[in-house]
Amino acid sequence: METIRVLLVDDEEDLVATLAERLGLRGIDAEWVTTCEAAFDMLQHKEFHVAVLDIKLPRMSGLTLKRKMESIAPGMKFIFMTGHGSEKDFEEGTAEAGASYYLLKPVDIESLADRIREMV
Amino acid sequence: MSFLQRLKPEFWDYHDVASGPYRHLFNFRRIWYLSVLLTAGVAFIPVCFLAAIDYQVTQKAIESENVSRTSRLVSNTRRTLSFLLLERRFALQFLVRDNPLAALTAEGRLSEVLKNLQESFGGFTDLGVVDIQGRQIAYSGPYDLQDLDYSRQKWFAEVMDQGRYTSDVFLGYRQSPHLVIAVKHQPPDGPSFVLRATLEAERFHRELLPLEPGVGGDLFIVNRSGVLQTPSRNFGKIFDKVPLPAPEYAATTQVFETKSPGGEKLLIGYAYIAETPFILMVVKKKEDLMRPWYKARLQLITYLVISITSILIVVLAVSTYLVSKIHTADQRRVAALHQVEYANKMASIGRLAAGVAHEINNPLAIINEKAGLVKDLLQQENIEATRSKLLAQTDSILASVKRCATIIRRLLNFARQTDSTFEPIELKSIIENVMGFLGKEAQYRGISIIIDMAPDIPPFKSDRGKLEQIFLNLVNNAFAALNDGGHLTFEGRKISEERVQIAVIDDGCGIPPEDIKRVFEPFFSTRTKQGGTGLGLSITYGLVQEIGGAISLESRPGKGTRFIITLPLNPDRKKNGNNSRVVG
Repeated sequence: METIRVLLVDDEEDLVATLAERLGLRGIDAEWVTTCEAAFDMLQHKEFHVAVLDIKLPRMSGLTLKRKMESIAPGMKFIFMTGHGSEKDFEEGTAEAGASYYLLKPVDIESLADRIREMV
Repeated sequence: MSFLQRLKPEFWDYHDVASGPYRHLFNFRRIWYLSVLLTAGVAFIPVCFLAAIDYQVTQKAIESENVSRTSRLVSNTRRTLSFLLLERRFALQFLVRDNPLAALTAEGRLSEVLKNLQESFGGFTDLGVVDIQGRQIAYSGPYDLQDLDYSRQKWFAEVMDQGRYTSDVFLGYRQSPHLVIAVKHQPPDGPSFVLRATLEAERFHRELLPLEPGVGGDLFIVNRSGVLQTPSRNFGKIFDKVPLPAPEYAATTQVFETKSPGGEKLLIGYAYIAETPFILMVVKKKEDLMRPWYKARLQLITYLVISITSILIVVLAVSTYLVSKIHTADQRRVAALHQVEYANKMASIGRLAAGVAHEINNPLAIINEKAGLVKDLLQQENIEATRSKLLAQTDSILASVKRCATIIRRLLNFARQTDSTFEPIELKSIIENVMGFLGKEAQYRGISIIIDMAPDIPPFKSDRGKLEQIFLNLVNNAFAALNDGGHLTFEGRKISEERVQIAVIDDGCGIPPEDIKRVFEPFFSTRTKQGGTGLGLSITYGLVQEIGGAISLESRPGKGTRFIITLPLNPDRKKNGNNSRVVG
């Protein structure tokens, strides 16, 4: 089976870096970036199965970023993470994500890994 | 505590420093002064005016009453005296017409006439008939005056000339005060002769005695040279000269005021008694006459003093009561405002909560991942190989915990309601602290924050908590006005040795000119639908005043708004400490 490739986007470097390392330990090849620009850049060079996005990102919301990424890489799946557990966010997130997942920070690594595997 | 201090109402020394642009409305001592002055003025002016008029009118009435009473007394007495003398003169005239000279000089006839006169008119002492040569040819009376020669006497010349004569009172041969009345008769068929009678001066005095000139008054007769013809009470015995100016001739009764040689004010009434050398005088001391007036005056003044005192007491009591009530109401208002201010702060904290939650959640998420990674690493077999990596993870966990603690401490510091404490502060750190709460929001909205503090601003003493709330309110306001991608600038510079100025500038939607004047008013808000209470800027205004500063703003719709705060570098702590916060 092909290695699952995941792109992590969050403005907290420490968080995404550790998350990527832990997914790596679980056999998932994860790259990470901290800005939207870097994410687009990354998409130019590599293909990913799943993108894990923070809902709140500097200068652009996670949802907008998702739409833009979809246009670059159709067929990519998305998982959202957020520190804000409000119902409104949750509804918006799930509606937008469609079949995608919506996870609350702090994220449980096993369930994240399971979701990613399920999606691919 | 002294009596005066106990009387001093609570509002007396109260200074409301946080009343904003309406501060003058809350100077209770001033309100009290105004109220007392106005009400006392309105009450006192008519009372004093009426009292003054009454004073004048009563004084004039009493004076005029005295004049008319004196005048009446003089007139009546003159009439009596005049009648007394005329009556006797007419009696003599009747006698000389009724009795021919021969009859009058007949033996015993004159004595009979004298006896009849004494019994009918009274007052006659003796009676004599004087012939044209001045010799007394017949005499009846207690003295031996038969054949006395009067030809060289003044009275004889006058009676021969005028036909009648009334003398002054004099002592004469008999050494007893008396006066002479003489009438001349010119019978058609014989020689002229004179009938001469003497009257006891005592008779005059007896006529005057029953007349009461009033307390301390004097009623007497003087001749035209001012010599007393009757005894007086205060101006000497009979034949003394009165120490008063001789009254000018007047046909009618006169009343005038003068001063006695002793300097006493006198009211003098006088009248010339016609066809006699006599002047009737009534002299009264003004002081005695005005005695009823002094009594009335004392009553008037007592009434006035009592009225003014009671009005003053009522005015003071009512003003103090009302101003105290206003003060109490204002205290409640201030307390309510403090509550609202506190609520505003809590609401700002509520608004910050989302940002803070995110701020805390991020390090928590990191801790979660790091701890998870540590667990992952520990589950691997070669622990020794991963030892350094494990250490790095724990370091990272500790750093994240510290980050959480900092955020929590900052929030707690901000929420804590303390008395105003002045401590050395640095503007830049305060602004950074405030932006620590709102930085994430700015970041997500793409709002650029520029902090430009001139390096020559020294650290100075101010109230950190209040400054933080001031900036937080202004930043919240700016964020509401700014579009995503806008700019928020803090500019600080020293404008003098004593003052520093901080401008908070946004390039947001701005404030319409008609609203600029009202933005600092409580409950003025254009964002009521978005949850604005209209208290933020009003509270900000109060807070700036409390730390001794001033706030103003410039704004252009569509261009942005600039709030300018001026703060003292050396605040006078006392001036600003009277109204320290009590809530919390």
